[in-house]
Amino acid sequence: MIRLNNIVASYTTQRGTVNAVDGVNLEIPDGIILGIAGESGCGKSTLMKVIYGDVSSPLSLPSGSVEYGIRDEYGDEVTSKNIQKQWFRRISYIPQSSMSSLNPVVRIRQQFVDFLDPKQNKAQVLDKVRSYVQQLGLPPESIDSYPHQLSGGMRQRIMVAMATFFQPDVILADEPTTALDVVVQKSILLLLMDLQEKMKNTIIFVSHDMGVHYQITHKMLIMYAAKAVEYGDSETIFTQPLHPYTRMLINSLPTIGDEHTREGISGRPPSLWENLQGCRFAARCPLATELCRSQEPAFTEYRPGHFAACHYAEKQQEASEGAL
Amino acid sequence: MKTILKTERLNKVYQLGNFPRNVKVNALNDVNLSIESDEPVIISVVGESGSGKTTLAKVILRLVEPTSGQVMIQDRVIVSEKGRMKPTKTEFLSTVQPIFQNPFEAFSRYRTVDSYLYETATRVKQLGKVEAITTIEEALASVGLEYKDVKGKYPNQFSGGELQRVSIARALIPRPGIIVADEPVSMIDASRRMIIINQFLSLKQEYRTSILYITHDLATAYYISDYIAVMNRGSIVEFGKARQVLADPQHSYTKLLLDSIPTTKKKWER
Repeated sequence: MIRLNNIVASYTTQRGTVNAVDGVNLEIPDGIILGIAGESGCGKSTLMKVIYGDVSSPLSLPSGSVEYGIRDEYGDEVTSKNIQKQWFRRISYIPQSSMSSLNPVVRIRQQFVDFLDPKQNKAQVLDKVRSYVQQLGLPPESIDSYPHQLSGGMRQRIMVAMATFFQPDVILADEPTTALDVVVQKSILLLLMDLQEKMKNTIIFVSHDMGVHYQITHKMLIMYAAKAVEYGDSETIFTQPLHPYTRMLINSLPTIGDEHTREGISGRPPSLWENLQGCRFAARCPLATELCRSQEPAFTEYRPGHFAACHYAEKQQEASEGAL
Repeated sequence: MKTILKTERLNKVYQLGNFPRNVKVNALNDVNLSIESDEPVIISVVGESGSGKTTLAKVILRLVEPTSGQVMIQDRVIVSEKGRMKPTKTEFLSTVQPIFQNPFEAFSRYRTVDSYLYETATRVKQLGKVEAITTIEEALASVGLEYKDVKGKYPNQFSGGELQRVSIARALIPRPGIIVADEPVSMIDASRRMIIINQFLSLKQEYRTSILYITHDLATAYYISDYIAVMNRGSIVEFGKARQVLADPQHSYTKLLLDSIPTTKKKWER
């Protein structure tokens, strides 16, 4: 189980410091796909960086820690302090754009063995890599080419292959398919789901596309303005959301065959530079009252395993259950 | 019935690589589209990356010269081989206006945003100073912005959605026959995407402008368009009324595209 204890992550800039993630508490069970959704600037990528342990200037972690529930080769508990040693072996990262993540002047096979122990036999490992990329639907020769010789979908598959080659316990995927078109996107997502089923590891998946979340995730975390606002099983989040923001996010998407008028969520999230009071979504929320503007709602468990931060979550719950 | 958009045997061949190993790529392969209507319409062009949809937009916007064929908008030739019967730039810009994918790239960082609006009003529409300002105010109001909030500001002072709305307002100033919008919402956050999409619907009525909406997002295409054209490898494989095409796709490629969309209604078969 991965446990996030009151994570506060801040960026230091010329203007001062700003908290991009502000007090997130979470328990992620092993062997699931967790989806993180929210609009740009809500802190989802920063949270990923913290989980990956890639905390370096201008990002800092003034408080909070991550416990991964695994032990390293010396038997020590792995936390956010020493996770860097486990990169690629126990935890790996699939970045958003494969275009800029592969070194353009080095052949792909060289990039595969970059992180190897010098003791290990290169040729043997490369043979394994070749058979592994073949399993992922790439020609084995593709690792002999330079990144620019492959298409976007193939490069993204190479990134998936690199991230999963050592069968890590945790895979972090930050919008791995946004740069791809729908046909390729589907094949990459199905590939990730298959790999997760085989290896039984945890995938944390960031995307702003609620459709993608519905298709692949088991649990979901919704973030808004640096705070976690809802966390629970994807099935319940999509059918009976507790937070009005989640409901508006789901309802803002048009679907084929559905003639309803769709409204976007007007307004924009509050600036994190301001001294924020009360619920951060209050300014855009149709249900907001004086209570919301003055008092910040706590992140509470309303149903077993279903958390939300909203004063009116119970009312929403009754309404959604009444509608069923 | 007026011709809103008509392309005749439109071809564009790109040469890739150098002699002797150069490859010819048919980005547009005999594209024949014909839309006639008295009412303004929204036409969507969908397809995966590399299907030629952006090349089609560029040819219509005269950013790329076609290898052969011609384009007619509002019963007049806009684009033709070697520029025959080509209208002047001012005439062209008052018939066709673009909206690009990334508004931060469309506007220069070193110029105020309202200078673009002003120049479109004075040069393309050839209005006087006072009239230009009223036209700008009107166009901005129709996308839900106020002139005083835009005046004197640089692109980095806007959010992506606001700046995209400014670029829509700019395109509306000459009251063009057709607006070519190349992926206008793909850079905009999902929660605010629908605001822009709904604006296209209301502007179609208010300004009586047709819109050529180029996208890879079939869901929004279904939501706003009257006609839809599915492109694959430079050819239009399916064309028709949007509801009809997406409810009952005939071509296997359209079916594949529809099948690949992640929806929140039905899970993929595995």
